[in-house]
Amino acid sequence: MAAAPKVLIPDKEIDCIGLFCPIPIVKTREAIQGMNVGELLAMLSDDPASDADMRSWCRSTGHDLIEVAREGGVYRFLVRKTR
Amino acid sequence: MERGGAAPDRVYFDYAGFAPVDPRVLAVMRPFLEAGIGNPSAPHSLGSEARESLEAARAKVARLVGGSASGVVFTSGATEANNLAIRGVVLRAPTGARHVISSAVEHISVLNACRDLEKAGAAVTFLPVDGEGQVNPDEVRRAIRPETALVSIAAACGEIGTTQPLTDIARLTRAAGIPLHVDAVGALGRMPLASTMGFDLMTVSSNDLYGPPGAGALWVRPGVKIAPQILGGGQEGGYRSGTENLPAVVGLGVAAELMRAEAAHGEPARLAGLRDRLVEGLLTALPDCRLTGPRSARLPHHVSLVLRGAKADSILLDLDLCGVAASSGSACAQRTGAPSHVLRAIGCAPQEMEGSLCFTLGRWSTTSEVDAVIERLPPIVLRLRSLALPASR
Repeated sequence: MAAAPKVLIPDKEIDCIGLFCPIPIVKTREAIQGMNVGELLAMLSDDPASDADMRSWCRSTGHDLIEVAREGGVYRFLVRKTR
Repeated sequence: MERGGAAPDRVYFDYAGFAPVDPRVLAVMRPFLEAGIGNPSAPHSLGSEARESLEAARAKVARLVGGSASGVVFTSGATEANNLAIRGVVLRAPTGARHVISSAVEHISVLNACRDLEKAGAAVTFLPVDGEGQVNPDEVRRAIRPETALVSIAAACGEIGTTQPLTDIARLTRAAGIPLHVDAVGALGRMPLASTMGFDLMTVSSNDLYGPPGAGALWVRPGVKIAPQILGGGQEGGYRSGTENLPAVVGLGVAAELMRAEAAHGEPARLAGLRDRLVEGLLTALPDCRLTGPRSARLPHHVSLVLRGAKADSILLDLDLCGVAASSGSACAQRTGAPSHVLRAIGCAPQEMEGSLCFTLGRWSTTSEVDAVIERLPPIVLRLRSLALPASR
């Protein structure tokens, strides 16, 4: 039997639906600051810009963007705090 | 001339962030705050005096934008004017004809208004820009579709100062019969810019003209249809409800008139001279530093740089300690710690994006202020670079 796909459970989730740049990133940054290294943060956003913004923010801060899912107009980003 | 601002000992090079209100503007505003002035909609005599002052301010703003006074809609500032222009025009268009063309280097109020429309089912094209932040008119031509409702391109990019080829863009939108919205913040009164160049909507900021913050205007060419975004008692021709902020609007009118007079007396050329002196001085003194945006097709009061090996926030902190107020160009990027959308759009190297500095000059800027920055900035950068070296090895 094939192994069940690994489901990542976030340690924290923030809902930024309805908000626009820069607020989803500002809230992500604040949330990450209060978390421990290795923990997972899920961020929900329906701002069409947040895909590019999150990728760019993760690249510049060094946190791992490990999953980007999109359902309808809503993105769900999964970020692992690395430092 | 009496100097604006409250800190004569400091070098203030963040006029785009906030401009001191011109003392001559304040003097005209004061009675509107202190003395008995009515609501412009009131039936009594104080109301009619207020109405006259409101209409006089409208005429002054119209003169600066080179359009009819009946097209001026007073708002709370440029952000509201941009929202009214973009949402107003697109939401007034039929459902099947809601395509907006804008650019990758617009102000965040334009970008987010477009994205909100996108969420609601409108189509949005953000045009790319070249390495200096300029939109290519051919890209505008290619992006135009039968269902395009609006083209929105700012006269200049607030972050890197690049001015756009609006005459060419306006020729295209005119030929296609599509309204052109121009966010004129930074450019109005500092370069030749008028609705007669083929613009249909223009955003004006009061503080950008050394008027009070919290006021602005959208000029709409008569005949262009917009849907109001703030509903209520039908002030401002029904396009922007809410009792007008009369003291601020009167201030905006005076500020517009002064801006027009000073433009005619060579203020943009004076600013461009200071700008070029600052650019020359900094590029000579700082290795590994370059201008962002073009050398000449830029706002006359705007200097933006990227430099490697030192972070903008550390530089700004050190500059502040030695009496110089400047900015990194993007309040947004400062809050998120992410590279700004403008620097990304012009293809800056990742090592450069953290070291972006923006100096914006204004009515009270002097040669000695410019020279003070040329003297004080290089040692700060060299010191920060020497501190950063061990970590990067």
